[in-house]
Amino acid sequence: MSMQLEESPTTDGEVISNYTINFGPQHPAAHGVLRMVMELDGEVIERIDPHIGLLHRGTEKLIEHKTYLQALPYFDRLDYCSPLAQEHSYVLAIEKLLNLEVPIRAQYLRVLFAELTRICNHMLNMGAHILDVGAFTPNLWIMDLREDCLNFFERASGARMHSAYFRPGGVHQDVPEKLLVDIGDWLDNRFFQLFEDAMSLVMDNRIFKQRNVDIAVVSRDDAVAWGFSGPMIRAAGIPWDLRKSQPYDVYDRMEFDIPVGTNSDCYDRFMVRVKEVYESAKIIRQCLRDMPQGPIASTDGKVSPPKRGEMKQSMESLIHHFKLYTEGFHVPAGEVYVATESPKGEFGVYLVSDGTNKPYRCKIRPTAFSHLQAMDFMSKGHMLPDATAILGAIDVVFGECDR
Amino acid sequence: MAVLHSAPKFASNEGVIDAISESISVWLIGAAETHGEVIFRVQRDSMARVLETLRDDHAYQQLMEIAGADYPSRPERFEIVYMLQSLTKNHRIMVKCSASEDTPVPTVTTLWPNAGWLEREVFDMFGVTFAGNPDLRRILTDYGFEGHPFRKDFPLTGYTELRYSEEEKRVVYEPVELAQEMRSFDFLSPWEGADYDLPGDEKSRGTPSVADPKVTEKPSDTGAGAKANEAASKPVSPGSPDQKSSGKDAPPAPDATSKEGGR
Repeated sequence: MSMQLEESPTTDGEVISNYTINFGPQHPAAHGVLRMVMELDGEVIERIDPHIGLLHRGTEKLIEHKTYLQALPYFDRLDYCSPLAQEHSYVLAIEKLLNLEVPIRAQYLRVLFAELTRICNHMLNMGAHILDVGAFTPNLWIMDLREDCLNFFERASGARMHSAYFRPGGVHQDVPEKLLVDIGDWLDNRFFQLFEDAMSLVMDNRIFKQRNVDIAVVSRDDAVAWGFSGPMIRAAGIPWDLRKSQPYDVYDRMEFDIPVGTNSDCYDRFMVRVKEVYESAKIIRQCLRDMPQGPIASTDGKVSPPKRGEMKQSMESLIHHFKLYTEGFHVPAGEVYVATESPKGEFGVYLVSDGTNKPYRCKIRPTAFSHLQAMDFMSKGHMLPDATAILGAIDVVFGECDR
Repeated sequence: MAVLHSAPKFASNEGVIDAISESISVWLIGAAETHGEVIFRVQRDSMARVLETLRDDHAYQQLMEIAGADYPSRPERFEIVYMLQSLTKNHRIMVKCSASEDTPVPTVTTLWPNAGWLEREVFDMFGVTFAGNPDLRRILTDYGFEGHPFRKDFPLTGYTELRYSEEEKRVVYEPVELAQEMRSFDFLSPWEGADYDLPGDEKSRGTPSVADPKVTEKPSDTGAGAKANEAASKPVSPGSPDQKSSGKDAPPAPDATSKEGGR
């Protein structure tokens, strides 16, 4: 219990001691299964030791025992709030090893759905963050918008959350024309009305600001040294966005801005996400406007499976189909590290291939690892309830952190 | 090779190997660019100094990841790979060294504070130790876990499983008992490098003699004769117990029309 004893001038020489509490592993504000051993001096946090790994499922080991295609759905299950963003890193890593060309329509579709995923993720995170600091209503409102996004995913891939929609060489199937119309319609007529309504409740709210402004200020140097990425590094005033600086798919054709913070506190992190939602909407509109017709998966029959109709007619396609769904495709030996801008930050995949049909090693770089590690130094000297605000602003999901 | 893929495009790798190789040449073992990735292999003991040089002189400010990999056939079976990123040059490189269980790698927690957990993870998963890391505890596995699960010789199913015991009112650990055999399909096609035998493969190893072809010109070649008849007269199955005990011939089958008359 007691960690250290000290004389306090305010208690008439009576000895008071720091005490240690467990935050989690089952705590609604812990965003899953996080156990933080906190050493408190009264209500002030002295030290935090986050214990992670309670959701460790050995995903990387499981991937070594599956073919490249079979391993894909594991990525949906890492960060279950933004599934398509993780698939994106993985398929790009495979394509980099194969040096495989992806048709332009497929690239547009991927960017479109990656940005829809970003909106979807931010809806959940911002709602949860607001809820953690005490406001209930906005969460309910924007969760409704998240539901709309999930419906779009369902219409594209058949699954609401675990879509397995991005495939090596493109996407799984083309989207119906009506879906694209509906996404545009949703952005024009529904999304922003509801979103702005919800945000108007919190952005200038006194209580919300009191809970977030000047909480967990991180300097630029610290943000770089601790390996921050995504909204966490942008809130520190560093305009670093992999979509812009290291563009993949058709991001280099998109016009969008990178919102940055000025104060690097929890409020800035929140506001960066709010602004990012607008930028994502911009990208989605450009995708809808510019998306050409054409194939949605690589035309290389050795990597992407044939259409069903083709398979019924052509012997070669039938052989390809059979081989791809049993043996899978072989990937040339080598190793790559591919990182994309997931809604939470840099999500990287280090893929080692030995030339067979299964990855030799697949190391996943979770975004939350670096951020959560900084929890100790970010919370030092703050009050206990601030820990929930800091955690909310980190945007941590344990499926991804623990893998 | 022309770049066809659409993976992230960062600054050009041109001249990077030369520039960096020169400043870390003392510790460098090899450098290569494959699949668009620049990889430096350096001596294990100098890892911290190499990364410090790269951070301070070559502006690789961020340590994004430390990955371990297990290659059991090598004398030093583990490979530790450091992914560095430069925000100012917009470039990424990988630096790696090899290690074994009893050869610690110098820690880089002195250079980047976030190396702490990354090193803990490599230690947890592979059992590679980092000299100088002040807090080298397990991180992802269970409290009291034994072994290093990402080694290639660690089974996918693990060794223990746990459940809540209603009798003992606590979680109990037991050896893994699989209700169904672990299914691991190997679809690697046999003519492309599978290392197991399919039925009939053993024939391919002995060289059949083409000089004397198999013929049936003499009776002995066919295998027919007294020896074969004797073998053929033996019962194939042991038969029912009463047949075995009598030792006499079984009664003959009745005639087609019985003298006693039927009903």
